Amino acid sequence: MDFNENFVLGCSAIGAGLAVIAGIGPGVGQGIAAGHGAAAVGRNPGARSEIMSTMLLGQAVAETTGLYGLLVAMLLLFVKPLV
Amino acid sequence: MGCGILLSSGGFDSNSFMIHGIFKYSFFGHEVWITNTHVSILIILILLTVFAILVGNRFKKAEMEPKGLQNVAELIVEFLDGIVDKSMGKAAPRYYNYIGTLFVFILVSNISGLLGLRPPTADYGVTLPMGILTFILVHYAEVRYTKPKDLWKDKCSPMPPWLPIWLPINIISDLAVPISLSLRLFANVLSGTIMMALVYGLLKWIALAWPAALHVYFDLFSGAIQTYVFCMLTMTYISNARGDA
Repeated sequence: MDFNENFVLGCSAIGAGLAVIAGIGPGVGQGIAAGHGAAAVGRNPGARSEIMSTMLLGQAVAETTGLYGLLVAMLLLFVKPLV
Repeated sequence: MGCGILLSSGGFDSNSFMIHGIFKYSFFGHEVWITNTHVSILIILILLTVFAILVGNRFKKAEMEPKGLQNVAELIVEFLDGIVDKSMGKAAPRYYNYIGTLFVFILVSNISGLLGLRPPTADYGVTLPMGILTFILVHYAEVRYTKPKDLWKDKCSPMPPWLPIWLPINIISDLAVPISLSLRLFANVLSGTIMMALVYGLLKWIALAWPAALHVYFDLFSGAIQTYVFCMLTMTYISNARGDA
């Protein structure tokens, strides 16, 4: 069975859509980190800048997995490896 | 062919945010392309070099009470040194140059989207070498400041040193460091670039003035955060590898 180009392209678009579902995880993770950061600032307002930088660092690291999903979606849409 | 829906909305060219070659030449029989990334890097380099020369000239007649350009330059240098000092402790002075250079280059690259350039950091060929440089520095520090025996013990770490079944996994996790470090920066800047290109390409008539807010987020905020994160992680990895030395 062979598929024509349009079919493969459509499937790639669906795959790209599925790939960016990976964004859910980092969203939840960053939210949790931000919440705990806010709680920490509430407990110890003096350490605000320290907490801020630690939180941003952690969030940026947590973001990586979501970005991998995004990257897969980009590859499927723009580089079109399957067509 | 290609992105059908995008194209049907009229004159949107997916090449507008992709890397594209400007001219090619033959280098020992290889076809080498000069792309818009090279052009952006060159412009940024010229900007930074001119700034550096101006500051250098200004500092030949430096004053005790800084004002004007000297003040700005001292502010920048003190900020960069402060970041390195805070996270590297007494090893910091050796890494002022590297981290400072990295910070300034990545920051100017990331916000160069505001100048209408395609950010060079949205090209994996730019971020991967920076990741590899970090990787080399980390492992140089590791080899230099730990005894071979301790290194072996560390690489077999959850298992005892005479049973190195965990060794391949530790090596893979070491190799993943430069890749994840560079992919993070690359994907963040690329997603910002594509988002802005989509806004400008698809909403041609509506995209008046308000995309400035998106520029503030995607170029300034995201760019600055990613710069900070890249430098911070570099410093963390290096100081972990150095241990107490």
